[in-house]
Amino acid sequence: MTLRLAGASYRYAGARSPALIGVDLVIEPGEVVGVVGANESGKSTLCLVAAGLAPASIGGELGGSVTLGGEETRSLRPHELAQRAGILFQDANTQLSGTARSVWEEVAFGPRNLALPVEEVVARVGRALAVLGIEALAPRDPQRLSGGQAQLVALASVLALRPALLVLDEPTSQLDPLGTRLVGDALAGLAAGTGTAILVVEHKTDLLERLAGRVLVVDGGRVVRSGLTAEVLEDPSLGHLGVEPPSRVALRRAVEEAGLRLDPGALAPAGSGHAS
Amino acid sequence: MTSSATPAVAIDGLGFVYPDGTRALTGVTLSIPRGQRVAIVGQNGSGKSTLVRQLNGLLRPTEGRVLIVGRDTTGRHVAQLAAEVGLAFQNPDRQIFAGRVRREVEFGPRNLGLRGAALDAAVTGALETTGLTQQAEANPYDLGYSRRKLLALASVLAMGTPIVVLDEPTTGQDARGVARVQGIVTDLAAAGRTVVGISHDMRFVAESFERVIVLRAGQLILDGSPQEVFAEANWPSLASTYLEPPLPARVGAVLRLGSTPTTAALVRALVANPGDLRAW
Repeated sequence: MTLRLAGASYRYAGARSPALIGVDLVIEPGEVVGVVGANESGKSTLCLVAAGLAPASIGGELGGSVTLGGEETRSLRPHELAQRAGILFQDANTQLSGTARSVWEEVAFGPRNLALPVEEVVARVGRALAVLGIEALAPRDPQRLSGGQAQLVALASVLALRPALLVLDEPTSQLDPLGTRLVGDALAGLAAGTGTAILVVEHKTDLLERLAGRVLVVDGGRVVRSGLTAEVLEDPSLGHLGVEPPSRVALRRAVEEAGLRLDPGALAPAGSGHAS
Repeated sequence: MTSSATPAVAIDGLGFVYPDGTRALTGVTLSIPRGQRVAIVGQNGSGKSTLVRQLNGLLRPTEGRVLIVGRDTTGRHVAQLAAEVGLAFQNPDRQIFAGRVRREVEFGPRNLGLRGAALDAAVTGALETTGLTQQAEANPYDLGYSRRKLLALASVLAMGTPIVVLDEPTTGQDARGVARVQGIVTDLAAAGRTVVGISHDMRFVAESFERVIVLRAGQLILDGSPQEVFAEANWPSLASTYLEPPLPARVGAVLRLGSTPTTAALVRALVANPGDLRAW
């Protein structure tokens, strides 16, 4: 299902100025697009607009066009929207239902609300927990998880809905390094294997190098750069926009500033295995 | 009796089991001298947050004991420990409650008895350090997540505690925010305060802390300087708790330059060993 934003602008209810201005963006099925930018540059607002929650759930004023599978998100009913787009909020604790007594029930909460047959619910919950490697958490109390575990459970809950569009607002912010990599691989596999379109906000540019084909840079509510991930993240001016360069880019620059050169093989993208 | 040699934190045989039976810590023993910058790292759920909550009495040992500046936390109230240990939570929303940023930051030092000019100075300083001066009159919930994290940090800084604990302070921060937190850690230690930080960002850890403690399934498995902990011999141990060394350490190992956990260390080693670089 294709996500298409054309001249999309958004102003929060009661706000004087827009938080998002004139955004054009197309994400095709199976594509992963990363979003980077400084804090409060409009990344989370872009997530809310792309997933159709703004203005449907939170009010405010949307300009331009936002379509999902060819239909304006504004015209979709909440349950139609929920079956097409899934969103993971930045703060996992606001995502958990607060009503489930176990992680398994928490992840089943969404599929149950879609009135799926029980076998299907069981299969989806099992798959969502397995793909993130958290089967062992199934019997645990969702209120007694560590920050990173809660984030993985929140992500599993979204994956179990099997939306055609996944919108993820810093999905790995509380994860350990290998957990981050596992989530990255799971998302890449999901996009490639099921044609899920993914929009992902991330400060971890090392992860975006591995995961996203394209990257957008947001500043002051506008998309100020976009293109192939490797090219955009090489841009030396990104530091002024609050974007940390990937480790290998930062390291190569530091080495070159010292008047030395490193064989590019030593600076392969982090985690590709070439450097270790 | 305490002397300057009394460690800020002394933990002896600490074990902890949550009421639901989940064992979170086993046999943790460590000592943190005053003024040290210590990072605690480990897999999600390895016990990091549980460990630091023992320091200000939010959780109490099931086994063993915790001494803060030489005094056992057992029998001391959270309010008493709050004068010694300031803890900025991982999730700022579990901490923030006031309707104005300035009121939020005032709450801690006011409870410690600060009034008038001293209170003003503590609050103003903490807001400046965290870059929130402009937002002093804002409602905390009108701030974005990254600024709420900084607000939680400001509230702790304003208390002026000799021990400051930061649970994942860089989460959600952009490059400028990470640099700001890095500066705060350095300045706190320079002022003689002890900083204990939890983080998953190994670049931040290697560059901001002088000591790294690695937890796995509630047990301490590595303890040393970034050079020691991120040395190649420890990579299997790090991987066993879902960690990986920062990129400079990996490049340094490929080039056989020894342990180079930070960019600066790698560049120094390269400058000192141009022959090794050619040979590779």
